[in-house]
Amino acid sequence: MAKMSLEELRKLRSNVKSDLTRRDTDGKSIQIIVGMGTCGIAAGAKETLDAFIKILDEKKLADNAIIRQTGCMGMCANEPTVEVIVPDMPKVIYGNVKADVVQTIVNDHIIGKKLLDNLILDRPSIDITK
Amino acid sequence: MHYTLCDMIADITQNGIEAGAAKVCVELTETEKTLTVYVRDNGKGMSPETLKKVQDPFYTDGVKHPNRKVGLGIPFLIQTISETGGSWNISSELGKGTTVYMQFDLTNIDTPPVGDVPGLFRQVLLLQNTVPGYEMEISRKKETPSETLDYSILRSELVDALGDLENGKSLALLGDFLNSQETAD
Repeated sequence: MAKMSLEELRKLRSNVKSDLTRRDTDGKSIQIIVGMGTCGIAAGAKETLDAFIKILDEKKLADNAIIRQTGCMGMCANEPTVEVIVPDMPKVIYGNVKADVVQTIVNDHIIGKKLLDNLILDRPSIDITK
Repeated sequence: MHYTLCDMIADITQNGIEAGAAKVCVELTETEKTLTVYVRDNGKGMSPETLKKVQDPFYTDGVKHPNRKVGLGIPFLIQTISETGGSWNISSELGKGTTVYMQFDLTNIDTPPVGDVPGLFRQVLLLQNTVPGYEMEISRKKETPSETLDYSILRSELVDALGDLENGKSLALLGDFLNSQETAD
């Protein structure tokens, strides 16, 4: 891959942006929050984060998605944990989200609007989540 | 398991941001035999007593997780380096900031793999910091018989080019940009 300059990066970004501003997608964005404390990182949360970025981009949903890291959500035994917020769906925290599970979440939860019952974590640890 | 040197660097960089730094610098210099890393921040710094305590497991300032014991990033780092013939140093001054220096011996069989360097950069650039005027500077050098790299990145320049860094598309493009920097000139 040739070395990209900042100018090229800027151009690539504005090309994609202008396609999207025509669509009214205010307040309808997908939010993905990946737990990236020490426990998360040790369990592979960085690969999970990378997978979300890549797969959402492949499905042309990336410009409509906000992807964030957070610290430990308190469920260290079930890392990597990911909170998935999708319009018209309940907010959910999934556990054990290895990189290969991300495809399932994108296909079934985000696109198919179906909850993945076997991956949902019961209750977040209330002393460190609001 | 997933613990690469990049994972450790990410952990330490997060400390710098949590110290309320307005500027965090991450510097990687790689040769065939060593990886040398500096993580510098101008955050709140530590007293000599605190500096001693952070080297032990489960020491944390209580702000991030008031009722839980975490605080393993630095102990893991020290343990790994001690077991693999590397060296480390943490210098800090209360009110001024902290510098963490690490050098890993890449020839030691027990040293974890370096890991995904562009991925590390993207991960630390994405870390949130509410300090006004926050800047992160990343510097990457590599000198081996087969490859020479020398580039730096400023977070502010990337925000300028991409807009909101948390946007999925920005992150995808950022990944491409960072991967492309690992190409020799």
